[in-house]
Amino acid sequence: MSSKSAFLKGIKAGLPICFGYLSVAFAFGIFALSSGLDSLQALLISMTNVTSAGQLAAVPIMVGGGTLFELAASQFVINLRYSLMSVSLSQKFDKSFRLIDKLLVAFVVTDEVFAVAASQKGEVGKHFMYGLILTPYVGWSAGTILGAVAGNVLPAIVISALGIAIYAMFIAIVVPVAREDKKTLICVVIAIALSLAFHFVPLLNRVPGGFVVIICAVAASALAAWLFPIKSEKEDTVA
Amino acid sequence: MKYASFLPYLLVMALVTYAVRAIPLVLVKKKIQNTFVLSFLHYMPYAVLSVMTVPAVFSATGSVISAAVGVAVALILAFFKRSLLLVAASASAAVLLCELVLQYCF
Repeated sequence: MSSKSAFLKGIKAGLPICFGYLSVAFAFGIFALSSGLDSLQALLISMTNVTSAGQLAAVPIMVGGGTLFELAASQFVINLRYSLMSVSLSQKFDKSFRLIDKLLVAFVVTDEVFAVAASQKGEVGKHFMYGLILTPYVGWSAGTILGAVAGNVLPAIVISALGIAIYAMFIAIVVPVAREDKKTLICVVIAIALSLAFHFVPLLNRVPGGFVVIICAVAASALAAWLFPIKSEKEDTVA
Repeated sequence: MKYASFLPYLLVMALVTYAVRAIPLVLVKKKIQNTFVLSFLHYMPYAVLSVMTVPAVFSATGSVISAAVGVAVALILAFFKRSLLLVAASASAAVLLCELVLQYCF
């Protein structure tokens, strides 16, 4: 595949993520301004971080005058899952990646970008990845500034409806795979059961959200890997 | 918020977030052979997304009812392998409709 067509293929794969991010970042823009940041600050956070859960957690710490350590620790814990995704992606990238390409692509390793890259058959090249991350990054930044500037104009009911967009996207990534592959389905069921336990069981529900994601995801994936090992990388197009 | 206090926060946050992404990507160079590790990495993204979705999705909209309707629409469309965008847009539209009904009929 030529580099141009690979790039365009990446753009096409990234567009749904871009639209999903527009709505989620829009909500973040509204949240940041109502918390006491200005529009430029909201935009700077989005452009330098590109992490929905991390940014949502950071704003209260900033405006509440929390320590830099508290901020660093919260971001480390909430975003640690990206480390796992980066390890996984390091196995997925082909030989076209130089150091500088990895350093650039690393900036936009998000849940959705990862899921789309991981679901490609075989290895992925750098041109595809550049295409894939471009529009989500633009969407995340543009959505933030739109939310910050125009958020108070939109009726609350529309903002509420947009709140489900990112989760619907998660569902659209997981369900088709779980439908075809029973082992992944079992892993998903275990993960959901653990997540519910950490939400509803006394004491467990005091564990901070960032930790819950790590504990549940690591436990469910490790259990699935132990119960249903995937024998060869060639048979498996996702790993 | 004043920029003198905002900018150090921004810098620390961006550095930590970038480091957790970039360091593994740059340092892991060899192809991993270990079956357990490969299997773990295969399952992990689906586990992460599942954990992030349930139960958080049920408090992502104005009411649990509208969220449940949105989830149902998303599940059905995703089961038939519709695109990410169509699933997200349809779920949002379903939530909007449901909340309009809840607001004006009850």
